[in-house]
Amino acid sequence: MSRLTESLIELIRRTSAEIPGDVQSAILRGLEQEKEGTIAKSALEIIERNIELAKRKSQPICQDTGSILFYVDCPVDLNQVEFEQEARGAVKEATRLGYLRQNSVDSITGKNDGTNLGPGSPNLHFHQHASGDIAVRLVLKGGGCENVGTQFSLPNTPLKANRDLDGCRKVILETVHQAQGKGCGPGVLGVCIGGDRASGYEFSKREFLRKLDDLNPDPKLDELEQDILKTANELGIGPMGFGGKTTLLGVKIAAANRVPASYFVSVSYMCWAFRRNGATLAGNGEITDWLY
Amino acid sequence: MTHNLSTPTSEEAVRKLKVSDQVLISGVVFTGRDAVHKYLHEGGTLPDGVNLDGGILYHCGPVVLKDDSGEWQVTAAGPTTSIREEPYQGDIIKQFGIRVVIGKGGMADKTLAACQEHGAVYLHAIGGAAQVLAECITQVRNVHMLEEFGSPEAIWEFEVRDFPAVVTMDSHGGSLHKVIQAQSGDALAKRR
Ligand code: SF4
Repeated sequence: MSRLTESLIELIRRTSAEIPGDVQSAILRGLEQEKEGTIAKSALEIIERNIELAKRKSQPICQDTGSILFYVDCPVDLNQVEFEQEARGAVKEATRLGYLRQNSVDSITGKNDGTNLGPGSPNLHFHQHASGDIAVRLVLKGGGCENVGTQFSLPNTPLKANRDLDGCRKVILETVHQAQGKGCGPGVLGVCIGGDRASGYEFSKREFLRKLDDLNPDPKLDELEQDILKTANELGIGPMGFGGKTTLLGVKIAAANRVPASYFVSVSYMCWAFRRNGATLAGNGEITDWLY
Repeated sequence: MTHNLSTPTSEEAVRKLKVSDQVLISGVVFTGRDAVHKYLHEGGTLPDGVNLDGGILYHCGPVVLKDDSGEWQVTAAGPTTSIREEPYQGDIIKQFGIRVVIGKGGMADKTLAACQEHGAVYLHAIGGAAQVLAECITQVRNVHMLEEFGSPEAIWEFEVRDFPAVVTMDSHGGSLHKVIQAQSGDALAKRR
């Protein structure tokens, strides 16, 4: 087995079994906020125990190990065809080892061949950069929370949402309300304002690479992120939709240019089992540093 | 309020439960998800050894592996989304005498009516808590219809101890899902 394959298996294992520190801190803050004796508090306590247990046993935090999304920043001379082959090998082996569930189904035949390999699985996004480093980030995106994502085309008359930031705010909060506890909240929103239908969702997912405690460099988007986080947590939906103060752990918003005719707002919902990690790799495939 | 619930479960025990009560379940739990619900609803019969009368049905597709000595080991056992079974659940509760359904995300009016009529409850387990819930399973007693349905869809018969869940739909017509949906809708209307 090559160094690179070994490194990618370790990245998958860590991502599946260990929640990133920024997410765990946000869950702990939620736990402190909820009132003693409430079902919201007890739900978060069980979640916290689950996080500890998964890490200790090196087993998946949640049995739905999700869609496998790799984001690779690479130097111009990286052989992407080879890299993709190694990544597929790593996914297959990580599945055999139980770090990933047999989780990928042929959409036409309904067959699950147990490898997690197939069209679109794993999903790799390559991006060349000027540096000589390889940085690989991985997100495992659960299905239950994916099902509550939304895409709105503005204006939206029933919600009185116009083509402006206030209109965006309305449809994003509508998504939170529609989701209730069904996305295994407390959740995190990744949002893209603009783009087309495909790039909108794609950019919304990319927001999950940001740390929860970072600030949006665009002051207008930063303000919108803070506002939606605060407002959503005043709605009383709470963990699992049981009621309570912790409905969202974070909101991350990107903007993409659009054509004048379209104005999409795409919202991806990430469950509390927010599995994201990343590593920089040396030329020989060895892990040199962890990114989260 | 926390209740201990054991199997087989009586109508009386179930009628005592109210929305928002916490429950610790001990006893025998059967898993069943999409394939099982469809099969039973289309007139399929329960395999020998599966008795749901006064029983507990858990919407779960567990990850179960055989260890070196040939024993089943549950490595993950969180709930799956229940609403997919809404077309079938009410009838199945009544036909087989189920007293407790466990899942996540809640169910709708048909199931709520069946809970009220027959004396059953819907318990919400913590979505995603695969490890904590797997630890509550003390023994895999049996597995049924494994060949027909495959591992995640089979009927697994688990012995559980102190399995935690919350009553979100009771046998008196109460649904926490409806309440929170309405209250959060009002709160949102004020903040639009
Ligand atoms: S939504 Fe997330 S926590 Fe819930 S079952 Fe799916 S992957 Fe697990």
